[in-house]
Amino acid sequence: MRTANILDTKGLLCPLPVIRLQEFVRRVESETEVTVVATDPGVLADIPSWCRVNGHELISTKELGREYHVTVRAFPPLSV
Amino acid sequence: MALPRQPRAIALISGGLDSMLAAKVVQSQGVHVEGVNFFTGFCVEGHTQAVKRTKKQKVKRHSALWCAEQIGIPMQIVDISEEYKDIVVNPQYGYGRLLNPCLDCKIFMVNHALDLKGNDNEPFDFVITGEVVGQRPKSQRSETMAIIAKESGADDRLLRPLCAKNLPPSLPEREGWVNRDKLYGFSGRSRKPQFALAKELGISEWSQPAGGCCFLTDESYTKKLQDLWDSRGRKDYDLEDVVLLKIGRHIRPAPHYKLIIGREEGENQYLRGFRHKFAHMSTVSHAGPLCLIDGELNQKERMLSSRILARYSRGRTASEVTVRITDPSGLSEEVVVEPFEPHLIPQDWSLTN
Repeated sequence: MRTANILDTKGLLCPLPVIRLQEFVRRVESETEVTVVATDPGVLADIPSWCRVNGHELISTKELGREYHVTVRAFPPLSV
Repeated sequence: MALPRQPRAIALISGGLDSMLAAKVVQSQGVHVEGVNFFTGFCVEGHTQAVKRTKKQKVKRHSALWCAEQIGIPMQIVDISEEYKDIVVNPQYGYGRLLNPCLDCKIFMVNHALDLKGNDNEPFDFVITGEVVGQRPKSQRSETMAIIAKESGADDRLLRPLCAKNLPPSLPEREGWVNRDKLYGFSGRSRKPQFALAKELGISEWSQPAGGCCFLTDESYTKKLQDLWDSRGRKDYDLEDVVLLKIGRHIRPAPHYKLIIGREEGENQYLRGFRHKFAHMSTVSHAGPLCLIDGELNQKERMLSSRILARYSRGRTASEVTVRITDPSGLSEEVVVEPFEPHLIPQDWSLTN
C-alpha cells in the first residue's frame, strides 16, 4: 500500500530539506511517496541527486510561485 | 580477521577532490563504500548560495552529493549542527588561524561516522578520509593525524588512502581488506599528485570552494562571529545566527546594536523572514534594501541608523530620504533623513570586508 506524505521544509536552506527528507525516509517501513515542499530552489538539484545515489525514485519537481514541490518514491532501508 | 562478506567503509565526503579520490581508491579495491557529509551550519555549500541566487542563475549543486554521484556511492548528509556548537565554542585542541577548530572537528566527524549505518542498516568496518600528511597546518600533520585516530576512537580503523604509505598500516591494510601497495604516499601542500590521480581515475571535475568548505576559515565571517560573541558577552550561537552572519552587510555603530543590510534582492527576501524577530527599516521615498536592527535603539540612534540605510538606497545622492522603522509587533514610524556620505561612516563600524 502506498501512502502520500507532505514534508514542509519551507524556510529551510539546503541541505536541510534533504536532511529532513532523509530522516523521514529512514523511518518508512514500506514504499512511500513523499512530497517535499520547500522555498529553497536548491532542492531542485539536491533531492534528485540524493535520490539517484541512494536508490530512491524521483517522481516530479514543480515550481509553484515561490514554492518548490519535489515528490519522491522512497523505499525502506532494508530494501534499498 | 577475514570478513565473511565484502568489507564496508564509510568515507567522509567534503565535496572537494581529496575525499572524492580517497573514496574512489578504496572502492576500486572492491570495498563497499558509502559516503557521509556532515552539516555543521558553517558549510560554505548551500545557505548563502541559495539566498543570493537570482532566477537567471543555475541552481547550485551540493558538491558532496555531486561527488557521490560521480564515483557511484550512496551518501547520507547528517545534521550535526547542534552537537557541533561545543566544538566551535570550546575546542579541546584550540583554533587554527581564525575560529576554525579543525582538529576537534575532524575527531568529532570520524567518531560520528563510526556510529553510522549504511543504507542497508548495517555498520561499517572502517572510516576513510581524504587527509594528506602535511597538507593543512592545523589538522593534517603526522602528529595530529595520530591524535585524530586515537581521540575519535577509530584508532587503526581509520584509513587515509592518499597518504597511507606514510603512516603505519591500518587494520584494513593489515587484514588484507585493502591492498596497501595500491594506496598512496602523498605528502605536503602540493596538489599535483592529486590532480594526476584524478586524471588516472577519470575524474575531470571537482568543487574548489575559494577559502575552503567551512566559513570558520573565512576571515570576514569569523570577524562577524567574534563580534557576535563579544556583543553578547558569551560564546554562544544558534543556527539562525550562523545563517544571518552569512547574509548582508553588517554594521555595528555601537556595542549594543548592529544593522544587517541586504546587498541584493535575494538577501532582502531572506531577511524579510526575520521581521517578526527584529525591528527593521526600509526606505520609503526611494528603492532600497531591507535592514534588520539587532539591538535596542534610542531616538538619536534611530536617526543615525536611518542615515546609514539611506546611504545604501537609490536615494544615496538625494538631499532627503524617508525611512520607515518598524518594530517586530508591526508598529512603525517614518523619519526623513539626509543620507550619510560613504566617507562619514567609520570603517571600523563595518564588520563585512
